Amino acid sequence: MIQHLTSLPILLPMLAGVILLMPPCGKNLKIRRVASVIFALATLLASVVLLCQVKNHGAQVYAIGDWSAPFGIVMVADPLSVLLTTLTAVLGVACSLYACAGDDEKGAFFHPLLHFLILGVNGAFLTGDMFNLFVFFEVLLIASYALLMHGGDKHNTRAALQYVILNLVGSAVFLIALGTLYGVLGTLNMADMAHKVTTLQGDDIYLAKIGGLLLLVVFALKGALLPLHLWLPNTYATALPVVAALFAIMTKVGVYSMMRVYTLVFGKNAGELSLMAQGWLWWLAIATIIVGAIGVLASQDLRKLTANLVIVSVGTLVALVAVQSVQASAAAIYYLVHSTLVSAALFLIADLIARQRGKVSDRITAGRAVAQPLLLGGGFILAAITVIGMPPLSGFVAKIWLLRATFETEYVMVFWPVYLLASLAVLMAVSKAGSTLFWHNTTAKPADAAEQNLVHPAQCCALFILVTASPMLIIFAGPLSDYALFTATELHNFAGNVSLVLEGGQ
Amino acid sequence: MELLYASCVGLLVTCGVFLILRARTFPVVLGLTMLSYAVNLFLFSSGRLALNKAAVLGHAEAYADPLPQALVLTAIVIGFAMTAFVVILAIRGRADLGNDHVNGQETSKNKTKGKA
Repeated sequence: MIQHLTSLPILLPMLAGVILLMPPCGKNLKIRRVASVIFALATLLASVVLLCQVKNHGAQVYAIGDWSAPFGIVMVADPLSVLLTTLTAVLGVACSLYACAGDDEKGAFFHPLLHFLILGVNGAFLTGDMFNLFVFFEVLLIASYALLMHGGDKHNTRAALQYVILNLVGSAVFLIALGTLYGVLGTLNMADMAHKVTTLQGDDIYLAKIGGLLLLVVFALKGALLPLHLWLPNTYATALPVVAALFAIMTKVGVYSMMRVYTLVFGKNAGELSLMAQGWLWWLAIATIIVGAIGVLASQDLRKLTANLVIVSVGTLVALVAVQSVQASAAAIYYLVHSTLVSAALFLIADLIARQRGKVSDRITAGRAVAQPLLLGGGFILAAITVIGMPPLSGFVAKIWLLRATFETEYVMVFWPVYLLASLAVLMAVSKAGSTLFWHNTTAKPADAAEQNLVHPAQCCALFILVTASPMLIIFAGPLSDYALFTATELHNFAGNVSLVLEGGQ
Repeated sequence: MELLYASCVGLLVTCGVFLILRARTFPVVLGLTMLSYAVNLFLFSSGRLALNKAAVLGHAEAYADPLPQALVLTAIVIGFAMTAFVVILAIRGRADLGNDHVNGQETSKNKTKGKA
């Protein structure tokens, strides 16, 4: 049983998705909701057990069908991927709880789709095979297409159409990149690719470079890196907020793939191709931070603002990936966990605020006062402090750490001013949004009890999970930062990664 | 054979990219289909082009690489599903938005043309 644990974070959501489609879950809404939350919790439990297992015994390699690498497909549960599956599972629990308050009635099959999305995301994190990564990308994308249309209106269709077309082109480019790399390297197993890249000679080097940089295009599209980020604000702002909160993990899949490919396969040990994408990643990341910050300042409503915050966080993460040091990767991992949770929390808060403000919705203008200022205001201020990076919450630790990690590199002259100015922009925009939303009330009478849309206990619970994650990240900052360092060390341990996959496997 | 094959893939990609850059959903869907054909052919060729080689061990001296064929099969299945989805979405977009423009609205130039 224990050696099959690695596959559980993928199998459980798949099972959940299928079971939720069948009776009795398919017909009865109540049973479906309960079952969905239970399955999300089970996935979380499996991920946490796997996390402990990996922490105590090192990375696990699971060869599917017992075909050992590089011939078969392997699942690699290393510290980074299990951390991210755990993060996904937490997000899954919060979103399934939140949707139970009524969002799942707006269209068919919310809960099964949510689990299929988790299946795709977890699969992308755990797989050790490039083509398998493509397959899991498609799984998560098709679930995301359907979720995007969930309960949608006209604007939704437009945003979804553009999102789907863009991603289909992205898939085609991904396949071309994989074909090129396979043609040159003769393998698609990531560890084996990393091993083979070092032995390339002659023209093959250029072909591999083309393949590797085409992959960069795909990951930049998934991760919303400039100039392929334009789909994100519209898509996230038109999707249901609970779906947008769930999508907070999807850009991170792109960033994760960049970490993997440009640290392991085309990292420091790749011979002639070592660090070939670093220049691109670095400048694109800096530009992404700038454009994201401008977007944050220009946002007219809270959801667009949050979507632009996601872009800033992607830029920051990719910049850290480009630095390619253990410290920077550790900071990136801590920042990734923090930013995913807080952007999900902000999407949910934006939704709750919008429900209680009637027609003004979440637009940042004067409007009706919210019915529960203490609860929503409290949630908002916690999330705001976190996302801005003010003490005492997790954003501050993440910010200090990533500034520290870039301090001794040659990048400091560019990164510090850009990042700190972007933080200032975020501070201004978020505080303006908060003060307008909560304090600039028109004198219109408060809504009737029926229109108040008080926060449902399930929503409250989901919000609580996401918002308290930030204080938790502070209280347990010691063990967590140790774990992030451990993860980053493992990520940069080239020889260890390659030998583990190629020789291990049960 | 290589030249013919490569030009075929190149031509398909060219047509695909050209069509994807059109403003209406139907050409875009056609373009996506062409692009996926090109991608499938390209993937197939990543196992090298060869004549009279089976992808079976032990029947002949030379054998073809079976992996690209498996990859192409997967890519075809996924591509087919995605195309079906985008077609349905395009139809829904036509119904919801009242036109088949990818932006959901006619540009002013097109409008005046329609009036004239």
